[in-house]
Amino acid sequence: MTPLASLVREPIDSLAVIRAVSTPANGAVLLFLGAVRQVNDGRDVTGIDYAAYEAMAQRELEAIVDEAVAAFGTADVAVVHRLGALAVEEVSVAIAVGHPHRDTAYALSRWVIEALKRRVPIWKREHYTDGTREWVDPTGHVGAGAPT
Amino acid sequence: MCVYDANAHMTITLLLFASYADALGASALTVELPRDSTVGDVLTAIRSRRGADRLPPSPLVAVNQRYAALSRVVQEGDEVAIIPPVAGG
Repeated sequence: MTPLASLVREPIDSLAVIRAVSTPANGAVLLFLGAVRQVNDGRDVTGIDYAAYEAMAQRELEAIVDEAVAAFGTADVAVVHRLGALAVEEVSVAIAVGHPHRDTAYALSRWVIEALKRRVPIWKREHYTDGTREWVDPTGHVGAGAPT
Repeated sequence: MCVYDANAHMTITLLLFASYADALGASALTVELPRDSTVGDVLTAIRSRRGADRLPPSPLVAVNQRYAALSRVVQEGDEVAIIPPVAGG
């Protein structure tokens, strides 16, 4: 299979992502789904807007997949990230990997999500039950947009 | 004698996203700079704008869709972006 990296605005078709990495050689196929959770840092979330620097995000996703393919010895890596307005429980990211053996598949899946969170220029603005909304800063620094 | 030479200057487009776009009230800014300026010079040029005080001292930056150092020299037509802390996934 050709490695897959894409940004989408519609709901992610998880089964299609799995199919992209399923081959006769792969004894292990893993699917990781990231979903919008209802409570974050103690605040009640009603939904999240995902935004991206789309051209660069696409390029970084492809680079991550290429690096994963080179490092883990399988071409069967697929990652799809959704952008736009998502409700609680909706899937924001799907990562599927296939490998002959599970140990490598688990390591590879973890490697891809960690690289994505570290590098891909995607941002999320949480909406809260009190009507406020805020860009999430995972570094925890008080930055632009944070209340002072 | 100092003569203004248009060729010694260049126009750079600076892209802003998410919290940084909110802070500056724009998703793109146009900056005029001397040739051989760096990304750091681009940031310095916008520091006087309203809301720029909400940017960190050394934000992540990208040139032509790749992460770059603040010391990176930019050229006419380069796409320069300031990258807020990423939060994908």
